[in-house]
Amino acid sequence: MHSTNLATAPLHQANYTPKTFDLSKITLREFNQALHNVKDAAGESNWEVLNPKGSHAVAVGAEHAISIDVQGSVGYYCGGMNQNSTITVHGSAGPGVGENMMSGAIIVKGDASQYAGATGRGGLLVIEGNASSRCGISMKGINIVVRGNIGHMSAFMAQSGNLVVLGDAGDALGDSIYEARLFVRGSVKSLGADCIKKEMRPEHIAILKDLLDRAGITDVKPEEFSRYGSARTLYNFNIDNADAY
Amino acid sequence: MSYHNPPTTPRKSATFDEYAMSEIRRAAATGIYDIRGSGAKRKVPHFDDLLFLGASISRYPLEGYREKCDTSVVLGTRFAKKPIELKIPITVAGMSFGSLSGPAKEALGRGATLSGTSTTTGDGGMTEEERGHSKQLVYQYLPSRYGMNPRDLRRADAIEIVVGQGAKPGGGGMLLGQKISDRVAEMRTLPKGIDQRSACRHPDWTGPDDLEIKILEIREITDWEKPIYVKVGGARPYYDTALAVKAGADVVVLDGMQGGTAATQEVFIEHVGQPTLACIRPAVKALQDLGMHRKVQLIVSGGIRNGADVAKALALGADAVSVGTAALIALGDNDPRWEEEYQKLGTTAGAYDDWHEGKDPAGITTQDVELMKRVDPIAAGRRLANYLKVMTLEAQTIARACGKNHLHNLEPEDLCALSIEAAAMAGVPLAGTSWVPGKGPF
Repeated sequence: MHSTNLATAPLHQANYTPKTFDLSKITLREFNQALHNVKDAAGESNWEVLNPKGSHAVAVGAEHAISIDVQGSVGYYCGGMNQNSTITVHGSAGPGVGENMMSGAIIVKGDASQYAGATGRGGLLVIEGNASSRCGISMKGINIVVRGNIGHMSAFMAQSGNLVVLGDAGDALGDSIYEARLFVRGSVKSLGADCIKKEMRPEHIAILKDLLDRAGITDVKPEEFSRYGSARTLYNFNIDNADAY
Repeated sequence: MSYHNPPTTPRKSATFDEYAMSEIRRAAATGIYDIRGSGAKRKVPHFDDLLFLGASISRYPLEGYREKCDTSVVLGTRFAKKPIELKIPITVAGMSFGSLSGPAKEALGRGATLSGTSTTTGDGGMTEEERGHSKQLVYQYLPSRYGMNPRDLRRADAIEIVVGQGAKPGGGGMLLGQKISDRVAEMRTLPKGIDQRSACRHPDWTGPDDLEIKILEIREITDWEKPIYVKVGGARPYYDTALAVKAGADVVVLDGMQGGTAATQEVFIEHVGQPTLACIRPAVKALQDLGMHRKVQLIVSGGIRNGADVAKALALGADAVSVGTAALIALGDNDPRWEEEYQKLGTTAGAYDDWHEGKDPAGITTQDVELMKRVDPIAAGRRLANYLKVMTLEAQTIARACGKNHLHNLEPEDLCALSIEAAAMAGVPLAGTSWVPGKGPF
């Protein structure tokens, strides 16, 4: 198994420009440096990463519109702070996939662990399997589409953006939510503090239809979803709300 | 007057003193705990309880105006390709735009840059004023991730992962709605006028093993160029320092309970965390036990006021110190020139701590456009630079008197303590004795 000693990863740079990066032959550092060395996406397309074998921080900090196919499962923070690139993980993703992503797209063909899309500011994160707890925590503008279920405390303190779940949501969905929109097609085990079910208006149907289209999902209808969001009762501290905390 | 019934002098309780009673009355009237800014105000063992011994027959001093006493420090030598080189071992601590006005942040950047040291962003992201006026800027990576983006990460000179702070170890924050201007709201991706909570835990990692991976991710995004600091509040300094080192930190920032905050509960500030003095030796011991003292640098903050405090912190093993509250005072915070206005707010110059309300007469802890005009960033920056210069000269004076040609050559053997408590916390002998109370494993 490829392993990276976190404290002693090599500092030398390699001027790689091949289309295929085999992480059993080069280090994570060399791959990410090659990604950061790209100054222009023109002429760059369809990068392929082989043998990720659960490596952390794969393809983090991308800036340009490159398409990256990761052939296998990844560890923590795959695609962290992504800008413009499209990363497809042909496997499952560990915690924090797409954390703080700014733009572009990340598609996880398998399942995702905790904190998927945490604090994300933009772009589209699609999880074709299930997502674990705290999916979309503190999200700040990202769009997240989960084909399966999501775990407890998802969209905790979610500020902005859309979380779409085709399956069920776990406990305390949307606890202390701000202005993010949550769309759940299945059941919600429980709602968190200040999160309520809301009316599905035509503009929400339009948003949902667009997101499902962009995620390549054609077998469900926007009308099958319920919308959840903030009751806005905890926006300004009031001692009479203390029991809610 | 009757001999058999003599009057007694009216006696107030030491336990139920005037402050305690006023707090009970305030709580009874409002039903909510007291929120305020700044750090612990109670008296705790501090650097004032230590004294330098100075040179004598057994060691000789350096000539005050002739022999060099170096003050430089390099931070981030462990892994970063581009460590930070500072002329003085005094940095400016993280304080947010939002909590502080734009001109105040600019003044901090100007003052630090004039002094050859760094300043630090806060829980609100990086502003152009601050980046533009700070030659060396440390970018805080906080649980809220307000304003976090890869561009700012890459144009920072160092990155400080904030786990906690001395005023409230284990606590988050709250910027009240009245300070949320359009600009602050936009930077934090939240509606204007609502209370903005800052989480107490990071959203995407828990514990030291995760932190190690988080540090790896940030290093990978920034191509291993930037020093990575880990900031902890003074809770369990031995273990927190050891775990930060284990997680891969280049620098540990340790903030004692006197360290300030923009706003939190009074009960939190005064009752959670340890005094700065009590934190330094356990942290240094952790570094020494791991063979990492001087390899992973230690920055200490919380109640640093003058060059003697700087020298004492360094003598106990710190590589540098950081100032927050003192820097604000240098800019003009709590200045008696605004006494009349402090009185109108029900307080007095020197005691004003309702920083969260945004009504600061000095124009520093506010987003009010009229009040913030009272801070001239150029003049205030100059005052901060003057103050940092004086602190440095004072520390050099003491170091030379102890025979040291670099502030880092100060050592615990140069110190004694005035109280048993301070002797135990600092691990130095009680004055006039060879007794170090509590000497043993931490």
